Order: sequence, then C-alpha cells, then structure tokens
Amino acid sequence: MSQVSPGSGAGGASVLPWLAAVREAALAAVVALVVAVPLMGFETVQQASGLELRTRWDWVAIAVASVFVGRLLLALLRPARRRRTGGVAAVGHVGRAFRDLARWLGPAAIVFALTLPLMPFSDRYILDVSILVLTYIMLGWGLNIVVGLAGLLDLGYVAFYAVGAYSYALLSLNFDWSFWVCLPLAGLFAASFGILLGFPVLRLRGDYLAIVTLGFGEMIRVILINWYKLTNGPNGLSGVPRPSFFGLPFSASAPAEGGATFSSFFDIAYSSTHRVIFLYYLILVLALLTNLFTLRIRRLPIGRAWEGLREDEIACRSLGINPTNTKLTAFAIGAMFAGFAGSFFATRQGFVSPESFTFIESAIILAIVVLGGLGSQMGVVIAAIVLIGGPELVRQLEDFRMLAFGGLMVLIMIWRPRGLLAFREPTIRLRPRSRAGEASAESAQGG
Amino acid sequence: MQDDKHAEVSGQDKRQVACRFVPTAAEVTGQPWRVSEHFVRLIGNTGVRLIGNTGGVRRSGHVEYFLQQLINGLTLGAIYGLIAIGYTMVYGIIGMINFAHGEIYMIGAFISLITFLLLGVLGITWLPLALLIVLASAMFFTAVYGWTLERIAYRPLRSSPRLTALISAIGMSIFLQNYVQILQGARVKSLPPVLPGGFMLMEKDGFVVQISYLQIGIIVLTLVLMAAFSLLISRTAMGRAQRACEQDMKMASLVGIDVDRTISTTFVMGAALAAVAGMMVTLYYGVIDFYIGFLAGIKAFTAAVLGGIGSLPGAMLGGVLIGLIEVFWSAYFTIEYKDVAAFSILVLVLIFRPTGLLGRPEAEKV
Repeated sequence: MSQVSPGSGAGGASVLPWLAAVREAALAAVVALVVAVPLMGFETVQQASGLELRTRWDWVAIAVASVFVGRLLLALLRPARRRRTGGVAAVGHVGRAFRDLARWLGPAAIVFALTLPLMPFSDRYILDVSILVLTYIMLGWGLNIVVGLAGLLDLGYVAFYAVGAYSYALLSLNFDWSFWVCLPLAGLFAASFGILLGFPVLRLRGDYLAIVTLGFGEMIRVILINWYKLTNGPNGLSGVPRPSFFGLPFSASAPAEGGATFSSFFDIAYSSTHRVIFLYYLILVLALLTNLFTLRIRRLPIGRAWEGLREDEIACRSLGINPTNTKLTAFAIGAMFAGFAGSFFATRQGFVSPESFTFIESAIILAIVVLGGLGSQMGVVIAAIVLIGGPELVRQLEDFRMLAFGGLMVLIMIWRPRGLLAFREPTIRLRPRSRAGEASAESAQGG
Repeated sequence: MQDDKHAEVSGQDKRQVACRFVPTAAEVTGQPWRVSEHFVRLIGNTGVRLIGNTGGVRRSGHVEYFLQQLINGLTLGAIYGLIAIGYTMVYGIIGMINFAHGEIYMIGAFISLITFLLLGVLGITWLPLALLIVLASAMFFTAVYGWTLERIAYRPLRSSPRLTALISAIGMSIFLQNYVQILQGARVKSLPPVLPGGFMLMEKDGFVVQISYLQIGIIVLTLVLMAAFSLLISRTAMGRAQRACEQDMKMASLVGIDVDRTISTTFVMGAALAAVAGMMVTLYYGVIDFYIGFLAGIKAFTAAVLGGIGSLPGAMLGGVLIGLIEVFWSAYFTIEYKDVAAFSILVLVLIFRPTGLLGRPEAEKV
C-alpha cells in the first residue's frame, strides 16, 4: 500500500513519465476499490423484515474510474505545475500581490456592501444570503481576535454565540426589553461566560484549550436542550421580537397601543423588504464595528501583547506580561462579539433553538478564520463568501452540500496551507536605525 | 430484571426504540447535522435500556445496583478506550488532533453491520466464525480508510502549521459523515441481538446482577488487544520506530526510519482498533447511524487527554474512567447531563493535573 509514496513517482518520472503516472493511478484505483466496496458497493435498506443489502456495483465502478483518471491527470500535471510556480518564491510574490490588492479591495468592498441594497439586481434572496454571509464575517472577525491575534485555539466559539442569542431571546421575551438594551447585555453575558470558562483553562497548553472549549460548546448545547423551564428545550424559543427602527416597528399596520410604524412615519408605502434592508445594515454596522475594533486594538499595548503571546509565550512572560490575564481579555472580547452576533441572529430569526448551535457551526467559523489566513481581516471576508455564499449557490444539490463543504475545506488547506491571504503584516515595524529605548518612535510607526 | 429482560425482548423492541427516534426525511434533508438532537435522545434512551429498564423503580443504594453499573461502565469504557488509543498515538507522533477518528470508528461500525448482513445472505451462521470474519473485515477495510485519510488529508500538510492540519481534519470529518449519510442513508440502522444471554452473578430481593456474554466478550477482547498492542509497541522494530518518531521525527529520519511509513502504520493501527470499537458498539447497542462518530470521538479524545495524551495505558484508563463516570452519573443522577459530567471532570483534571493522569510532565523548552 505504501508504495504510492511521492518518491517513487518522481523517480520514475524522468525515465518514463507516462508509465509511472499510470502505475500510480492504478495503485490509487486499487485503494479506491477497497475503500468503495464495503460502503458504496452495499447499501443497507430497511425492510419490514429487517435490514437488507442491495448492491451498487455501478457506483463502485464510476468511483474507481474517476479516481484512476483523476490521479493520472494529477500525476501528469504535477511536474508542469511545479516548474511554473517555481516553489517558495512564488508564494511570497502572490502574497505581495494580494497585499497590494487588499489596499483598495477593502474600501471597495465597503462601498459595495453599503450600496448593495440599492442595486437593481438585489432582491430579497440576495439580501438574505448577504445577511447570512455578514453574520459569519462578523463571527469570523470575532474569532480572529482569539485565534488569529492571540493564537488560542477555540473550538467552542458557537457557545458564546448561543449565549448571546438566548440572552436576547430570554430578556426580550420575559422583560420586554428592546433590542438596543439587550445587545450590550448579550455581549456582556457572553464575555462573562468567556471569563468564567477561560479562567480555569487558559493556563493550559493550546490543544487542551481546544478540547475544553469543544467540550464547553457541547455542554452549553446539552444544557439548552435539557433546561426546559428556561429554554423550552429542543423546541426552542419562538416569537422573539423583531427589531424596530428606533422604536418604529416594521409592520403593515400600527401597533395596538398607538404610534407610528416605519412606513407611516416616513410616509412611504409599506414593503416587507424594509425590515430586511434594515437588518442588512444592522449586521453590516456590527461587523464593521468588530473590524474597526480589531484594527485599533492591535495597536494598543494589549493587542501587541496578544500577538506577542501568539509568537512566543516565554519571551512575553519574561517581558512582564501576564499570559493568563492577557489571554483572558482576548477570550472575553472574542466572546463578546459572538454575543453581539448571537443577539442579532435571534432578532433576525425570531426563533432560537439549540439546533442552531452545534459543533459544526464552530467548525465553520474556525474554518473561515483559518481558510482566510490567520489574522487577516480581508481573508475572513473572502473565506466567508466562498464557504457560506458558495454552497448557497448550489442549494439544489441539497444532499451534497455538506459533502462539498468538507471536501472544500480539505482541498483549500492542501492548496494553500497558510490560508487564502497568506501574509501576516507585522503590526509594528521597527525602524531600521532605531535604537533600544526609542519606544515612542516605534509606537508612532505602528500600522 | 436488568439485562436479561433486555435480552428477552428481541429485535422488535429494539426497532421500536430505534424508530421512535428516527428523524423524518424532511428533517434530515434540510440540514444534515440536525440529526444530532435525535441521536442525543437516542443515546440517552439506549443508555436507560442498558443501565436498568426496571420500569421506573431505580434501586439505587443497593450494592447489587452498583455492581451492575460497574459492569456496564467497564464495557462502555473498554469501547471508549479502544477509540482513545487511536487519538493518543496520532497525537503522540504528529502532535495533531485527528478529528476524523470518530468518523473512522463510525465507518468501522457500518462495515461490521454490512459484513454481518452479508454473512447472513451467504448463510454463514456459525457464530464464532461469523464474529471472526466480521472482526477481520471491519479491521481491514477500516484500516484502509485510515490509511487513505492520512494519505489524502494529512500527509501533504505535514510541514504546515498545526491549525491547518486540524482544519483539514475537521473538513475530512464533515466529509466522511456526509459520505456515509449519502451512501447508507440517514436513518438509524438496527441489528437484532446477535449474542443474547449471560451469566447471573448474584441475586437479592429479585434484583439480578448480570454480565452478558457480549460484555465478557468486549472486555476480554479489549484486554487481549491491549496486551498485543503493548507488545507491538514495546518489542517490535515497528514499535521502536514509532516511539522514535514520537520523540523526535527529524532525528528518527536521520537514523534511517521511514517516517512516512511509520505515521501511516500508526493511522492504520488506530483505525483498526477503532473498527473493533465500532463492531462492539454495533453488537452491544444494536443501533448505529452516521452521526455516532462525533460524540464518541469527542469522548474518546477526552479520555485520551484525561489519561495523559501520548500514553497508551493512559488512554485505556481514561476510557474506562469516562465510561464509568457516564454510566454512574446516568444511574444515580440525571441521564441528560452525563456528557456535561464527563466534560466537567475533564476540566477539573486538567486544572489540577494538566498532563493527565498518566502523562509525563512536559519540559518547557526555550
């Protein structure tokens, strides 16, 4: 089995490229056959008399044939591709190109995002997808603080999202508080949860943190499912109030206790898209706030301490930075933005249930951050559009959507192991001639 | 009273249990991961069935009840331990959480189910032979899955940042889950009990402490595999190569160890052990679906961390502890929060002994 090592292919390539490629492809096809036979060849079908087996040899044949052809093409194209890119130097070049692109891409993207609802082609569906993408961009930016800046691997980010969503839902349902009161509270709750969880575990090494956050994410979900009195269990909370435009509800008729609606106040015809457009701008503003916050805090001492911790914890400790407290702030701030996004989610859906906060959501958000390139704000945007918007386009392939999603994650990681925008701009650059002690000059140079 | 009752009510009862929690087609096609809720409830229910279907009378406080839970917990722990070994070995060598390992275990369960059905079609009904064939086939095919997984998703990323490999693993996990869902359907598959009956250990006030043949088989097979595996690691050249790679991969390659091949063997062995666990679960619970890998995977990884990651006896110990915690928690407290209990214990252990129970303290290098 292990003959399919890259070495054997490369060694034969100089003599008989075709033969070597065919041999490699044949080996791959044999492996594919062994893999495909049990699960693809036989299908278990539930009958009245119990489980029955059916065979699907045609599927196996198609799978094996496509693996053979695919491997053959890959083996034949690989030498050509290597020659063209010329190894590591090209990666740096691509990174620079992206950086130049990013300089005007950012403002252009913001302008595009601001004008999107006014575009002629934007309908309800496009706005809905954009809201979804923007929610994930915001979550990605929030998680980027934790993973990208502070270098803490958080696999349970969705827990804070859930805390935010349930905070808003419960506060507004039980106390009838408005969205604008609940939004900061939801962020506060989520941040407190972050501190509560982070305090004991942030002293641990990275991987332990990953598994504990993963466990915490599951715990929150299990609690949400089982705490019937508070959360209504798996059925979730429905009837979560929709947001109003500073007190003006988006409804066709005026509320019972009097007052104006959005359409009557501005004296325009009622349209159901008004609320969607408002939600769109709401999440856009929230996401941009997250981005602005991240960009600014990177230049503050605390932000630099995060990046320092990511690079070298021991060096940071010897410089007098308290690693636990520094990590805790990153964790709490990341959680806070998840809380904001969560309360937006609740008000948009009008319904929250534990099903929305499964591990897969955490995985998607983390994938957006890593796929985009750790610490890269623009990368998060691109990755969110690819990963969330992409599968939306092929919604008709319902069953294969998640399959493609998983495959896409693997392929992008293999194609660009450091993420789509794989450059990490140093937040602070020392002046070439700077001496030790010129700390003030150094901070003026930030950016 | 306990498991004999469960053994007497044959496949019909099982199917009812299974069907009650089968998600409707609409629920499943909407969002693949939605099935999780159903599975949580399903696991809860099978748990109830296993730990005491006494019709509402919970005989807590009795020694007999405690003993019965101990047996059930050890069985579950053996299964977790076998999966945990795969995590701990891979983590030991390449320092990566092999997130798709739970999916490998699920595939092992499916392959054993399919082999069982196939043997039924072929007419091989002599139980020892059938079990042996199922074991061999599950181990072989799942091992190939493990090998392919490493070859496709992890080997190209060997020199990349750790997070990259983790994302690739998560992607692979999502991929495999949906792959099995598409190929085998989202419905819960149930198998009638293959090996009913057991020994009666003691009886008091009508409460019977019982150990079923299946539980004996699971515990014995786990012990045998553990022993064989420890010998493999400590005595053979392959095991030496693995330990060498675990300590220093670059140095190992300098002294002529084929690192790629060693890592591949690690994945193959881990997958084979996970396949055994999958087969055990298929026989023990009698119901599987494409989603079982996720929770079992998390718990097995928790077990590996609890025992001290990188340590084989630690993985087994952690597995048994997690199994016991889960079973005892559901027996004496609330079954809904058994996962919360397992994770809370993990957090406590990590706070007070961050290297796990049997792990070596790691020296911090500057």
